[in-house]
Amino acid sequence: MQGVRLSSIEPHAELFPHGADVGVRGIGPTRASAFEQAALALTLAVTDPTGISSQHAVEVTCEAPDDAFLLLDWLNSLIYEMAVRRLVFGRFAVSIEGHRLHGRAWGEPVDRARHMPAVEPKGATLTALKVEARDDGAWVAQCIVDV
Amino acid sequence: MDLSPLHQMSSWEWRLDPAGVMRVPAVLFGEEGLIAEMDEKVLEQIRNVACLPGIVGAAYTMPDAHWGYGFPIGGVAAFDPDEGGVVSAGGVGFDISCGVRTLLTGLKPDDLAGCKEALADSLFRTIPAGVGSTGKIALDEIEMNRMLEGGARWAVAQGYGRAEDLDRIEEGGCMPGAEPDAVSHRARQRQREEMGTLGSGNHYLEVQEVSAISDDAVAKSFGLARGDVVISIHCGSRGLGHQIGTDFLREMALAAPAHGITLPDLELACAPIRSELGQRYLGAMRAGINCALANRQIITHLTRRVFAHFFPDTALPVLFDVSHNTCKEEEHEISGERRRLFIHRKGATRAFGAGHPDLPPTFAATGQPVFIGGSMGTSSAIMVGPTLRPEHAFASSCHGAGRRLSRHQALKQWHGRALVDELRQRGIIIKSPSMRGVAEEAPGAYKDITAVVEAAHLAGLSRKVATLEPLICIKG
Repeated sequence: MQGVRLSSIEPHAELFPHGADVGVRGIGPTRASAFEQAALALTLAVTDPTGISSQHAVEVTCEAPDDAFLLLDWLNSLIYEMAVRRLVFGRFAVSIEGHRLHGRAWGEPVDRARHMPAVEPKGATLTALKVEARDDGAWVAQCIVDV
Repeated sequence: MDLSPLHQMSSWEWRLDPAGVMRVPAVLFGEEGLIAEMDEKVLEQIRNVACLPGIVGAAYTMPDAHWGYGFPIGGVAAFDPDEGGVVSAGGVGFDISCGVRTLLTGLKPDDLAGCKEALADSLFRTIPAGVGSTGKIALDEIEMNRMLEGGARWAVAQGYGRAEDLDRIEEGGCMPGAEPDAVSHRARQRQREEMGTLGSGNHYLEVQEVSAISDDAVAKSFGLARGDVVISIHCGSRGLGHQIGTDFLREMALAAPAHGITLPDLELACAPIRSELGQRYLGAMRAGINCALANRQIITHLTRRVFAHFFPDTALPVLFDVSHNTCKEEEHEISGERRRLFIHRKGATRAFGAGHPDLPPTFAATGQPVFIGGSMGTSSAIMVGPTLRPEHAFASSCHGAGRRLSRHQALKQWHGRALVDELRQRGIIIKSPSMRGVAEEAPGAYKDITAVVEAAHLAGLSRKVATLEPLICIKG
């Protein structure tokens, strides 16, 4: 990665198409940033994250044997918190040491009139599951989420 | 999909011969147009399924197959525990025992004329639908365990429905072999407030009109006549099933090397049926089936309450309740020999033909009803188990139209409000908490259901009985 200016890599979240479900992808200058963006993509599948306030903060800790399973665990922890607390999240902060993740998600209770949530994420899957550094130094974290 | 690797066996059946590490052929059902329209990933996924240990006969896709995770949606595969056969969480899906229940009303569309809007509003208010909705039944740990063991039987014992409903549900409303202890704390937490909820995505409650009859004798036996109003409920095991899928998909993927299983793709995570993990998954998955059966039973009760307000004399008997995301142990004939196999049906409906010993007496002479769900503005279908080749594809048929476009593509093409207005012009009332959800579920995002049903009929997977057109749709 010599010569690559990591600061030039703009973190961003995107959805990618899948038959019945939805692909979530996070891209960022670091692994942690890509995980944050993948979480934001998860929200994108449900609703527009821009209007979500940060009333509630939820802490998540995961440990997994490799990066791919760590992403799976991170997204599934968020799906669980969204389901049991009836929240949508709009902001995320992730730190990763080895294969141990500490994350924080900020959000607010689902407001059906305002958020108009399209789908309910059921679980992150092993399909198209990938965490990797691209040649340009950007990290990509993605998988298909069953909705 | 590129058809060149496939051999055409008939107008409705295509075969991929075993090659490389495939243990059995893959067989795809559907006429040429339907197969060609399928994503290339469907072939890749069913080819991978054909590589799994202990698979028997062939790996099948139904005419509504589309790209899933692990197995394709519309995938069917059977595994023999005596040959090292496996059970796969991705072969069942996260929405364990998602299925369709159809109720008879004894009403005609004219009966709804003065109250259709009010009825739609009342159904929408009464039946929790969409993200963030909660049911009114909160279960403590003891009741949760009873529900997971008892399924719809538990629900009826709690006053949600009538004893005769149970004769009209697969397994009599209670899946044996459920192991509540195998269901995680997280799965239980997710279900705490979700009993009696529809969910979101493609789940719905529809009030429908029988618009055509294809088999008079079977329709009559099912209590169906042209112009009848029926109700179809499409939903599953809610958060509990989703979490069971999440828990076991991960555990199976990580444990595969220890079980000596080489996965063609990680998404095919599985465990030997005769392993501690395989048995634990089966116990949890069966508890998930019971959760789905209880859920549809409670929604039936809520629906009856609404209809009783408008039509005090209606009883809304259950026609039948089918599940289309399951793994069930069944006996099937393979090369003249009866064998106990574990049949995965993911987005596929069991379709036992007449005389099958596991059918309730009501359907012994006809075979079981098979429900093919539509998508808001399109028709749905009622079919029946086949008579000519009862063991065809391990007695399985399709479950819906199958998606043609991704949610992403659908969102670019349709607007929810415009769709709702357009459908209202056609006399269909849509009630949904999310206009974006409606757009993602646009009827045009799905394949032509009549082509799928025709393909299932001509391929001998199930036979056409009746066509249903939507009148009211409560969309999750």
